[in-house]
Formats: sequence, structure tokens, C-alpha cells
Amino acid sequence: MRPRGFLRRRVVDWVARVLAVACLVAALVPLLSILWTAATLGGPRLLDGWSFLTGPFAGPCSPNITPNCSYGGIGPALQGTLILVGVAALIAMPTGILAGIYVSEFGKNRFGRTLSFLADVLSGTPSIVVGLFAFATFLYLDPTLVFSTLAGAFALSVIMLPVVVRTTEESLRLVPRSVREGAFSLGIPQFRTTLRIVLPTGGAAVVTGALLATARAAGEAAPLLFTSFGLESQLGFQGLDHPVNAIPPLIYLWGYGEPYANWRSDAWGMALVLILMMLALSLFARWILARRANLIGGMS
Amino acid sequence: MAPEPADEGAALPERPRTRRRVWELLADRVFVAGTAVAAVSVVVLLVGIAGFLTRGGLPTIYEFGFSFLYSTTWDPTRHVFGVGALVFGTLLTSAIALLIGVPISIGVSTFLSEEAPAAIRTPLAALVELLAAIPSVVYGLWGLVILAPLMRTQIEPGLRDSLGRVPVVSALFGGTPIGTDVLTAGIILSIMIIPTVSAVSREAMSAVPRSQREAALALGATRWETTRTAVLPYASTGIFGAAMLGLGRAFGETMAVTMTIGNNPAIPSSLFGQGQTLASGIAGQFGEAGSDPHLVAALLEAGLVLLGITLAVNIIARVLVRGVFRGGEASA
Repeated sequence: MRPRGFLRRRVVDWVARVLAVACLVAALVPLLSILWTAATLGGPRLLDGWSFLTGPFAGPCSPNITPNCSYGGIGPALQGTLILVGVAALIAMPTGILAGIYVSEFGKNRFGRTLSFLADVLSGTPSIVVGLFAFATFLYLDPTLVFSTLAGAFALSVIMLPVVVRTTEESLRLVPRSVREGAFSLGIPQFRTTLRIVLPTGGAAVVTGALLATARAAGEAAPLLFTSFGLESQLGFQGLDHPVNAIPPLIYLWGYGEPYANWRSDAWGMALVLILMMLALSLFARWILARRANLIGGMS
Repeated sequence: MAPEPADEGAALPERPRTRRRVWELLADRVFVAGTAVAAVSVVVLLVGIAGFLTRGGLPTIYEFGFSFLYSTTWDPTRHVFGVGALVFGTLLTSAIALLIGVPISIGVSTFLSEEAPAAIRTPLAALVELLAAIPSVVYGLWGLVILAPLMRTQIEPGLRDSLGRVPVVSALFGGTPIGTDVLTAGIILSIMIIPTVSAVSREAMSAVPRSQREAALALGATRWETTRTAVLPYASTGIFGAAMLGLGRAFGETMAVTMTIGNNPAIPSSLFGQGQTLASGIAGQFGEAGSDPHLVAALLEAGLVLLGITLAVNIIARVLVRGVFRGGEASA
């Protein structure tokens, strides 16, 4: 004899499961729609291949595509994004990895824990605020550099830094204590233990964190609006003290600010380029992590 | 390679290594100090952000005082600035984001942590996390081209004809559907916070001890009853922290909101009205930023307000989330 209310409870259980699946579907539908839209609207532009990725910008058309007015390339913006992200990484990677080493290896005290906490808080700072900060900093230091590649790269490095710190810390924490103890018992000094033994052991995960930080920074438009984004520049990179175009803010400008059909289409092409870059970086990061799991699993 | 002398055993203590020891000790000190300096950069940046925004915003802080926070007049041509409407827009869009995004995220994390077969958990979780990898500006472009027309032609007329006739809430769903409005921006935000909220909630639910679930199941509870009585209450602090993290992200989200909210610095009359948030208000005026010192000061103070709100929310969220996982590790 089944207990009273058994059927009702079974039905509730079933309804809850259906609702949970519905939530998952609700989360994945926008994702698939974004990927599909970028593929269909941006894909044709990307099929132009090299001339799209490296070619010069198109001039503005009338709102409709006409025979004597065509699509263009995104060369200057792609170049700008690569340089901005590269310079930002040059600033943020060494600082972030060293800071992560401190928090994980030497900061096992209130100060170290506070730093780790503050890195989390810093990573929650809105990117537009970081852009304003870079703007205000350069306004104070050297007003001629306010709208410069350097200011943009600085802003992106502030976005990257906390991610690198936290992922370095997390990945070094996963290195078994016995590895360090083994090195110390051989009389190897601490800095050499850290740099030659602990860091390479956790290295794959550190690289993963660096990749994720880079990916996050590469897609940011807001920090560049007040710093490096040169509205009128049709040229590419002209030095760290000059403004430079970049893909994310140009998507904003061409996709939202301007009515020209060919620019809107090129904006979707850039969106697809960004999405593919993100996918490649996160897949690569996952691949590295999977390899590291085997390595550390074999060690402990 | 020259044969090396045996480096082990009794030979070791007699070798003159003093000078090397001193060098190594010094190098150790320098190394630790160097990493500490790098670590302090995090603090320097946080203080620097608050400091530089305050310094740059001083002119408007002096001129408008507290009225900057609640005045709804944002008029760069007359140099009168108040962020009241922007703060309202920020709170409203973020509230919409939480109302829609948090229940969906809890559903997602419940499914991924409690219901789904083990084999598909990781790939599905990775798929949801992909939402976080898509840049904000791409969300904005999608919102503008796909979601806004859908809102204007289908969803908003539907809401107006249904909820718009219910007495109390009818004021929210009145007016002409435009598509680029507060509701659309809120829905975009709700999508954008799902990966964060669901990932952290899922971690909180995974930290629930297995024995909790087993006890409930042993009492004859169904899967859902186990989740409701044993897992969700135990994980509630972490889930609350996850929602706060999502709130922090929604407050500061810039590009996607700028492209979909309509950019009208006034308090919208309904959810179909065009509005403005702090972040989108700042971003929308980057073109004029170099030329007008009054506007620059106002934008920097607006940034300071946004920083203050997000810092408060993020600190609460991080305290909650860290507490949960530290507790979970200790009991495991």
C-alpha cells in the first residue's frame, strides 16, 4: 500500500525536474541565438578571409548597400586590439603572477588573505570605472597621453591583473606541499624552489589563468572609450602615445552609433572574430587544464 | 661533461659554502619583498581608483553636494548635473536582471548539481559558462538587432495586453513599446548574470555534504524534496552570495546596456520607457569627455558613485561566498 499523497509527490518531483530543464534551456537559447546570429550575419564577412582581417576600413555607405560602395576590412582594429592586449599583458602578467606567488607562498597570514580578498573585489570593479580611472590618472600625470594606446593598455592591465593574481594563487595552492618540503630538505633556497619547482608544477594552470585574463581583456570596450579609442583614425597603430582603434569599441560605434549598412555588417564580422577568439582561448585553456589534471594526479 | 665530485654524505659539511649561503639568503629576501610589492599593487590600484575619481570629481562634489546623488537633472549644456535618474535606472534594470536571472540560475545549478546524469554535467556547465565568454559589446549588438525588435513587436505588446490590464502592475506595462528600453536592457542583463550566478550557486550546492542528501533520501524524500529540504537551505548563503555577485555585475555592466536602454537620462514612466544607468550614462558621453571640464568632473563623480555601489555589493558577496567555501572545506 503506497503512502498517502504519493502520486502528488511524484508529480511535484517531475514538475521540478521539468522546470530545472526549462531553466537550462532558457539560459542556452540566448547563447545559441547569439552564436547563430554572429555566424549568419558575420560569417559572410569572415569568408572574405585575409582581406577582411587585414584590409583597411570601408568608407561609409548610404544606409543601403549600393554597387559602388562596399564592405571593408578590419585591419587597423585587429592590429590595435592585439597591441593593446599585448602591452596590457606585459604589464599585468609579471605583476599578477608575482602577486599570486606572494599570496599563495608567503602570504599565509591576515595580510595575504586580505590581498586575495581585495583582488576579488578589484575584479568586480566595473570596466567603465577602470576606464575612467585610467583617464583620470593620465589626466593627472600627462594630459597629452589621455587618449593614447598606453592609457588603453593600462586600463586593460587593471582588468587583467586581479584575474591573474587569483588564478595564480589558486593554481599554486594545488601544488602538493610535499613538493615544497622536498625542495627545502635539499637545501634549495626559497626563491629557487618557487620559481624552478613550484611555478613549473602549477605552471599549466597559471598559463590558463593568464589566457582567461587575456580573453576577458580582449573583449572589453568600456575601458577603451575614455582612453585609447581614436574615433576618426583610419590608420592603424601609430605609437604608444597615439590613439588606436580596437575591435570592441569599433563594434559599438559601427553597430550602434552609425547607420551605414556596410559598417553594421562589418561590425557583425568583428563580433564573430571576437567570439571565435574567445572560444579558441577558452578551449585552449581547458585543454591545458585537462593535461595538468593528469600531471598533478600522477604526482600526489 | 667533467666528472662531478660526490655531492652527498659526509663531504657536504666541509665544503666552503658560506658566501653562497649569504647570497642565497639575500636573494630570498629580495624575492619575497618583490612579490610582496607586486601584491600590494592590488591595494594601490583600489585606493588609486577611489582617489583619482574623487580628486577628478571634486568640482562637482563642491558645486552640487548631496543633490548630485538624487537630482534627476543631467544637463551638460547648462552644466547642471545630478545622477538621480541614472541611479534609478541602474537599480531598476538590475532588479529586473535579478528577478529573471536568479531563478533561472538556481534552476540551472539545481539541474547541473542534483538532477543531470554525471556524463552530461560537465559539458552542459561548460556551455553555460560560454555565456560569460561572450563580450558585452556582442550582447549589445545582439540585443539591438535580435532582441529589441522581438520585444517591440511580440513580447511588449503581449505584456501590455495581459499584465497591463492587471490593476496594480498595469502602470509598469503601459506606453508604446519601443524595443530599446529599460525592460530590454534588464533582460539582457539577466542573461549576462546567469553564468556567474549559476556557477557560484552550483559550487555552493556541491559543497553540501553528501550525508545531508543521503539522510533525506533515506527518509523517503524524492529528488526534489531532497533538494528543497536538504540542499537548498544548506547552500542558501552561497546562493545569496552568488546573487549578490550577479547584482554587482549588473550594476557595472556597460556596453550591452548602453546599446539597448535607449539612453534617455530621465526616470522612465514604465518598463517600456527609455532610461539610462550610471554605467551607460558615462559610456554614452565619451565623445565629449575631452573638451568640457565640467562634464569630465561630473562623469568622474558618477564613476565614483558607481564604484561605491559596486564595491559595497561585491564586498558583501565575497564575504558570503568565501565563508561558505571555507566552511565547506573545513567540514569535508
